[in-house]
Amino acid sequence: MNGTSSKDATLEAHKDNRAVASLFSSSRDFILDAKFDRNELTLTVPRDNIREVCGIVQSAGYNFLESVTCVDWYPGEPRFQVTYHILSHGLKERVRLVAMVDSIDPSIDSITPVWPAANFYEREVWDLFGVRFHGHPNLRRILMPDDWEGHPLRKDFPVEGYR
Amino acid sequence: MTELITTASTFIEPRPVEGAKDTTMVLNMGPQHPSTHGVLRLVIEIDGETVLKVVPDIGYLHTGIEKTCEAKFYQQVVPLTDRIDYLSPLTNNLVYCLAVEKLLQLEIPAKAQWIRVLLNELTRLNSHLVWLGTHALDIGAMTVFLYTFREREDILRILEYVSGQRMMTSYFRIGGLALEPQLDFFDRIRQFINILPEKIDEYQNLLTGNPIWINRLKGVGHLTAEDAIALGVTGPPARASGIDWDLRRDMPYSSYEKFQFKVPISNDCDVWARYVVRLEEMRESVKICQQALDGMPEGPIKADAPKVVLPDREKMKTQMESLIYHFKIVTEGFAVPAGQVFQAVEGAHGEMGYYVVSDGTAKPYRVHMRYPGFATLQALQAMCEGRLIADVVAVIGSIDIVLGEIDR
Repeated sequence: MNGTSSKDATLEAHKDNRAVASLFSSSRDFILDAKFDRNELTLTVPRDNIREVCGIVQSAGYNFLESVTCVDWYPGEPRFQVTYHILSHGLKERVRLVAMVDSIDPSIDSITPVWPAANFYEREVWDLFGVRFHGHPNLRRILMPDDWEGHPLRKDFPVEGYR
Repeated sequence: MTELITTASTFIEPRPVEGAKDTTMVLNMGPQHPSTHGVLRLVIEIDGETVLKVVPDIGYLHTGIEKTCEAKFYQQVVPLTDRIDYLSPLTNNLVYCLAVEKLLQLEIPAKAQWIRVLLNELTRLNSHLVWLGTHALDIGAMTVFLYTFREREDILRILEYVSGQRMMTSYFRIGGLALEPQLDFFDRIRQFINILPEKIDEYQNLLTGNPIWINRLKGVGHLTAEDAIALGVTGPPARASGIDWDLRRDMPYSSYEKFQFKVPISNDCDVWARYVVRLEEMRESVKICQQALDGMPEGPIKADAPKVVLPDREKMKTQMESLIYHFKIVTEGFAVPAGQVFQAVEGAHGEMGYYVVSDGTAKPYRVHMRYPGFATLQALQAMCEGRLIADVVAVIGSIDIVLGEIDR
């Protein structure tokens, strides 16, 4: 979708952004891709470092986790796009962190140690998408019944039942 | 102490056994309990009357709206959104429309934006009136319920007058409004807005000095600002914990930057503070409505985007081009450029955010709905721990819970 040049151009244009600056000062590998579209900044971050990245973004002033959700790009790979919306009350701006998770091992570190608010959201993503969160204190289904089979928001799960 | 026990049912989380906890009991509250405001189920562990642990069990009202959205055209999603937070239908419509308009990069005419603000504030009043009535009913003050529902009925009549529906209004459309409002519509709102402040005084007279009300509310359900931030609490419960944040003022949308209003804050962090903050918010909403009525701009109520907005009925019947656009929008929808947006608004219960992903077709690829109640429910444990069972009822009332928005 994005060439390297668009990533570099976006990062150059937003090098003063607090999230970008603090991630860069920790490691240049923390931003795999960057996109600025419709006034919203999206940073693709490595899946293995998500907890660390969230910690850095939090200490950069983005204090409030708004939501954790997922997008299923079936049949593409990596299939799951785990998405974090993080708001800064002080800066009055928002950053979107994205981590791509493949379907062979759909799992990622839980960010509940950084924001306890992620608890229900990660349970919801597990329930509806089947992405597991390592280190989550209580990873159970939350909306669907406990004995439900499958994960309804996956694109290969039918809207109106199997025919 | 590594041994774990699983109590009563599989639904409660295992907890570590600590010394003489054989005396505790697991109590099931809901999902058909009148004070849980819908189908909330709480599994409460109690020691005598003291609450040790509250575990919310949700999902009884899960209808899979997010999945349904993926199978509908963009414009067909609007009526689905009403049914999520069913106490503030127009705020749901607004946030969805704003999100799709952001994807399309549509410019909305000033009049449509102002009417959206006006109706959005009426919706907030509607939601707060239901909250006040039911909250007081839970605490035992039955009269207030009858009073607030009398005023709520007036709001529902206004909504019915303009949109044809009392509750599931679906009045906002992508690109503007559904219909031009009737000529006397603004007068009806003005009449209502003029009498409302004295009605709010009336509620305050009934409750604020009432010793039972004070004893049941003050010091109950304490939630610190740090906990509120950490647990994702927004809206009146967060402002009652001293967090000075209101999206209408801090990240304005739909012309809110043109309105003057105060954001009520309290540092008491308890159920009482939430009551005070919401009552003040109602007074501020009245002010916003008045400003909207006084400064209502003239002009069209729909954006000039023939490929997205349905043409007027008259044009559709007389002009070939409009007929073609009408046919195309209704039968095959309109393609939205690929991309992803997150749009948040300040709803009656807190921050309502929609994350809409488009893959360039006429149906949304993914619609994620961030509703305030879902996150606020996580703070229940922090607010109820060590209190009495009766306080759980007061706390649930104070976070103004709507299960439709939590389960979606």
